[in-house]
Amino acid sequence: MSRKIGRIVAASLATLAVAATAGCVAGGGSGDGAGSSSTIELWTHAGGNEAELGVITTIVEDFNASQDEYTVEVTDFPQDAYNDAVVAAATAGDLPCIVDIDGPNVANWAWAGYIQPLGLPEETYDGQLPGTLGVIDDEVYAYGFFDVALAMFSRESTLNDAGVRIPTVDDPWTGDEFDEALAKIDGLGRYDQAVDFGTGGGGEWIPYAYSPLLQSFGGDLIDRSTFETADGALNGPEALEWAQWFRGLVDSGYMAQTSGEDATADFVNGTSGILYTGNWADATVRDAFDDAVVLPPPNFGDGPKIGAGSWQWGLTTGCDEVDGARAYLEFAHDTKYFVEYGEATGLIPATLDAAEEIPAFAEGGDSRIYLELANQFAVVRPETAAYPFISSVFQKATQDILSGGDPQAILDKAVSDIDRDIEQNGGYTF
Amino acid sequence: MTATEALVLPDVDTPDRATRSRPPARRRVGITVVRGALAVFFALPIVFMLISSLKPDLQIFADLGSWRALAPVGDVSLDNYTGVFDRVPFWQFLLNSVVISCATVVLGVLINSMAAFALSRLRWRGRGFVLTVILATLIVPFETLALPLLWWVNKLPALEADGFSLAFTQGWLNTYHVQIVPFIANAFSVYLFYQFFSSIPRELDEAARVDGAGWFTIYSRIVMPLSGPAIATVSILTFLPAWNSYLWPLMVIQSEELRPVMVGLQYFFQLNVSWGQVMAYSSLITVPVVALFIAFQRSFINSIASSGVKG
Repeated sequence: MSRKIGRIVAASLATLAVAATAGCVAGGGSGDGAGSSSTIELWTHAGGNEAELGVITTIVEDFNASQDEYTVEVTDFPQDAYNDAVVAAATAGDLPCIVDIDGPNVANWAWAGYIQPLGLPEETYDGQLPGTLGVIDDEVYAYGFFDVALAMFSRESTLNDAGVRIPTVDDPWTGDEFDEALAKIDGLGRYDQAVDFGTGGGGEWIPYAYSPLLQSFGGDLIDRSTFETADGALNGPEALEWAQWFRGLVDSGYMAQTSGEDATADFVNGTSGILYTGNWADATVRDAFDDAVVLPPPNFGDGPKIGAGSWQWGLTTGCDEVDGARAYLEFAHDTKYFVEYGEATGLIPATLDAAEEIPAFAEGGDSRIYLELANQFAVVRPETAAYPFISSVFQKATQDILSGGDPQAILDKAVSDIDRDIEQNGGYTF
Repeated sequence: MTATEALVLPDVDTPDRATRSRPPARRRVGITVVRGALAVFFALPIVFMLISSLKPDLQIFADLGSWRALAPVGDVSLDNYTGVFDRVPFWQFLLNSVVISCATVVLGVLINSMAAFALSRLRWRGRGFVLTVILATLIVPFETLALPLLWWVNKLPALEADGFSLAFTQGWLNTYHVQIVPFIANAFSVYLFYQFFSSIPRELDEAARVDGAGWFTIYSRIVMPLSGPAIATVSILTFLPAWNSYLWPLMVIQSEELRPVMVGLQYFFQLNVSWGQVMAYSSLITVPVVALFIAFQRSFINSIASSGVKG
């Protein structure tokens, strides 16, 4: 019996070997034949996001139809899984030619050697919001089609009943006015919290949402004059004032230490009087309330600030078809596609020309305020390869502060951790 | 072989219920109440998931904190399920997970039981050391192995169908087998089988040897047929992580056609999370797991009880 099995195995292996050898011969010539186009792989985080993926597909189809030298193929990943997939692919040396990148990661990916400068003509980026460009050492590594803006949402009836003036982009609340507004809204007795800053959120939400508040107080995540230390920026008197104020909102009962999983849903359900979130919540809030108002963030001394830098497109270093990839990226940088993105996603178009073509973002449009916020108050997260580490340290520090730890000690520890990381990585120089 | 037919393992035998003394009525009621309370406690998250899958997003949050969260009241519909099927290739994800999980289970039971049989029944020098080494791998978390494993599988040769011929290629990325092969050999499964096989009387081996049986016959026709509870336990304990795997497929699979259900769940976490669809999708992918557990429940409990392994 065993001899028979052995013969079968041997025969199978021999057949397999012959077939494989034949395949090797055939496979050697199975590359792109004469006249066929070269394939350019493109990866996006837009899996599951029909609107965004639809626009990407449109651009790719238009590009593929516009010429016959290159064929762009789209692979989409779900957003939360995307970064890990790219890092894994980079480890395996299996990156595609074109990737999209979350804005704050551009510097790190450039430093890690995943992406290279786009190399497109300078005039390509004329009229583009600064926060939608990934610029490192004066070179553009990535550009985006849209941005998002942080804002505060409330109801006109709530503010009027509380006797609070409605702030505008030109005349935002001061820090004192904001605190007073919270006290008055709390005094109405209608809401569990006067304001919901989304403290139940984690990950990148924390630096994206709360570092602009820190910057408005005069602090920052790092000293941007050198990008070599956080000392003085993240643990100076301004940063301490921010930390004490933020924790004070919890102590005074104006804000939950940990809010609900979905702050927008809670706001719409009447849990909070003011919602601090991104403009992606606009449609949900406006659908729920006829008297919804969009408010700029307060000015705590250094002017109102919001985060900037959403998803952008970059070119990988291992790309075999750099010319084709550049041709695609230049083709895609067309106002009509910025308009399509803006209309499909409701997010802020990255160029002023595109904004004028979208009624909601044009002068007088309902969403115009987001463009103004992005244009006037946006601060990109530090353009340094150290940013992912800074982000993780700031996330922990913020959560410790909200939990009631000693703010100065927490901030000093954060600075020490960040400085040590920068030093250990040789200053993250390219 | 007939000598083995009437034998029953003492360790897995169910005691005769009639011979047990029944506890007093008051105690029985108390036990039932405690059991009922525990059952409700553990069922609540699943009930919440199922009920929430029928509600719009805003209502899910509005109902939180009241009994309504656990009742199908308000604007109840199957819209979230429709949304799930519109948004992701659910059946493809499900099929992928079924293929990957079932293949891992079948091959895992086969390979690990063979290894355990060799360690438990055969006499060879160094088997104690080998068993120790196998068990030592239990303390190494998968996360620490993920990157080296990724590098390794990307270097392995593979055969790829190219029309009617086969071609040698390098790398296993973007395949079914890269999601299966690394998880077939499992130290915990070997240990479970080893424990169980050790409780089977060796006299059975000797009787079979007298009848002229070889080791493979003893393994396949005597030991394995008596190891139902161990097979059920290993099947479930292999199936669950295979079904729930997320990190590994995320690293090795780029094509949507090969993604399993857990990676599919991430499609619903966008800037505006559709919690109703998250609940609907979660409900859909939970059903096979619950069905599997119910199917093997008795054997699973028997094996856990007899091997002294607590989850």
